[in-house]
Amino acid sequence: MKYATQRVAYWYFAGAMLLFFVQVLFGALGGTVYVLPNFLAELVPFNILRMIHTNALIVWTLMAFFGAAYYLIPEETEREIESVPLAYIQLGLLMFGALAAVVGYLFGIHEGREFLEQPLWIKIAIVVVALIFLYNVSITVMKGRKTAVTNVLLLGLWGTALFWLFAFYNPSNLALDKLYWWYVVHIWVEGVWELVMASVLAFLMIKMTGVDREVIEKWLYAIAGLSLFSGLLGTGHHYYWIGAPGYWQWIGSIFSTLEVAPFFAMVIFTFTMVWRGRRDHPNQAAMLWSLGCTVGAFFGAGVWGFMHTLSFINYYTHGTQVTAAHGHLSYFGAYVMLNLAMISYTMPYLRNRQPYNQVLNMWSFWLMTSAMAFMTFTLTFAGVVQVHLQRVMGMTYMEVQDQLALFYWMRLGAGLVVGLAALLFLYAIFGPAKEERPGYLARAAAEPAE
Amino acid sequence: MSERFTRAAARNIFYGGSAFFFITFVALTAHSHLYMRSTSTDMARLTDSVTRGKHVWERNACINCHTILGEGAYFAPELGNVWDRYGGNEDREAARAALIAWMQSQPSGVPGRRQMPQFHLGDQDLNDLIDFLEWTSKVKTQGWPPNKAG
Repeated sequence: MKYATQRVAYWYFAGAMLLFFVQVLFGALGGTVYVLPNFLAELVPFNILRMIHTNALIVWTLMAFFGAAYYLIPEETEREIESVPLAYIQLGLLMFGALAAVVGYLFGIHEGREFLEQPLWIKIAIVVVALIFLYNVSITVMKGRKTAVTNVLLLGLWGTALFWLFAFYNPSNLALDKLYWWYVVHIWVEGVWELVMASVLAFLMIKMTGVDREVIEKWLYAIAGLSLFSGLLGTGHHYYWIGAPGYWQWIGSIFSTLEVAPFFAMVIFTFTMVWRGRRDHPNQAAMLWSLGCTVGAFFGAGVWGFMHTLSFINYYTHGTQVTAAHGHLSYFGAYVMLNLAMISYTMPYLRNRQPYNQVLNMWSFWLMTSAMAFMTFTLTFAGVVQVHLQRVMGMTYMEVQDQLALFYWMRLGAGLVVGLAALLFLYAIFGPAKEERPGYLARAAAEPAE
Repeated sequence: MSERFTRAAARNIFYGGSAFFFITFVALTAHSHLYMRSTSTDMARLTDSVTRGKHVWERNACINCHTILGEGAYFAPELGNVWDRYGGNEDREAARAALIAWMQSQPSGVPGRRQMPQFHLGDQDLNDLIDFLEWTSKVKTQGWPPNKAG
């Protein structure tokens, strides 16, 4: 840790990991209801379980983004964070809002649009949180060194806050409601958050590979450009069947096909940088998560997204388990793995240690990613069967669901392994730190320097 | 990347291109907004009861089990066309009665079958909700879903 105020990030990451645990727990409960429908049915119905699963995920993603920003902005701008008390007030307010939302949901207190279920006062609190954060980091950046990493990161975070404002607009016309609902949901995950992702990855590459900043920042602008050029009009793939004009089928198909490009570029970028850097960074776990993140995002968002994004395919797959498969792997690959990469990288500095518990962390990586991949495969197969029986053959929804039980059992199994891997990760990060740097580094250190 | 493609060039392409695509996107959304109001949805029939029905839909978080126009959770049937599926286009009163009876009889308690909670909706809420579902079924959705199963 070069700057004392970077310490703020530790508590953001701790809060994020608490909500990560809540998210995975409620995901596992929801997965259980899929196979044992009477489970919890009277106590906490499925709609509430799912609400907590998705909301906890979204909030911990944001919390970890904030933590990442507070960690990397001092190093990029070469100055301390403008106000540490403000940063802690911001975290406290966000954490209180998140926990209040979870408890409220359990008692049936919520608004009713998917992912935007937060009661109005929490929506407003999120705006206050965003304003505190943007003030704090923008002032820091304005007074310090400006880099491509801070430029793109700030644009992504400002965009996140601005597009959030559409959460307050809820017209009584359902079609219009959906038109602008996607301004929050799509523009976040397939637009401005990709800027956050690209800039955090660029920061990690600068730190871990030692490749020249000039080269990395050029890549960063190119990737950020590809993200927005494809992602903005790519929103069209959500406008096919909600009452919007037919031209979206062309625009959405073409531009969302192009959405594969930034994810592919990120894979090429990180692997090229690591190869060119030829530096053995001691934090192998962080390196693994960083590289894995781009691969996970490429398959989840890129390949699984493309699979059902063309309008004539989406006509049959829209709103089936195919969508669920894509949703799980894309969010995991892009944003969960990104945050776990950043946490793995920063924690040794925040705890003032050498990289620790690396083997356990890497076990968690392989367990979690293979379980998420398996979950995606089972949901994809379920989706394909569902599309055929329901959308082609015309069998009723519930009849079809009975045919999918085997896939849902396997999905639950995969989910439990994800839960186990998440616990391993938490232990590796927050548990007692043991020196477990990979053996070859210890050997290299033992040999005399050239 | 070649030397001619500098960091400054990449930055300018990023800002310029993003601004261009953002403006295009906003313009197309504005057109879609007008199209929805004039062509694909029936603003004249968007009555107070439909609006209230949408709030009943939201207050009970229906979308976290069901889908509507294909969006939502995938745990329970699509409801964008449930009005049509229950024969609302042939016999309005029968469809309304059947949908209300269905909701009032939940949870079914059948072992091994997904349980819809009992939401204890009053007559006003039930009828408003049905009005909302009927209105939604008339949205011109480019022919989606492919069949009545939704």
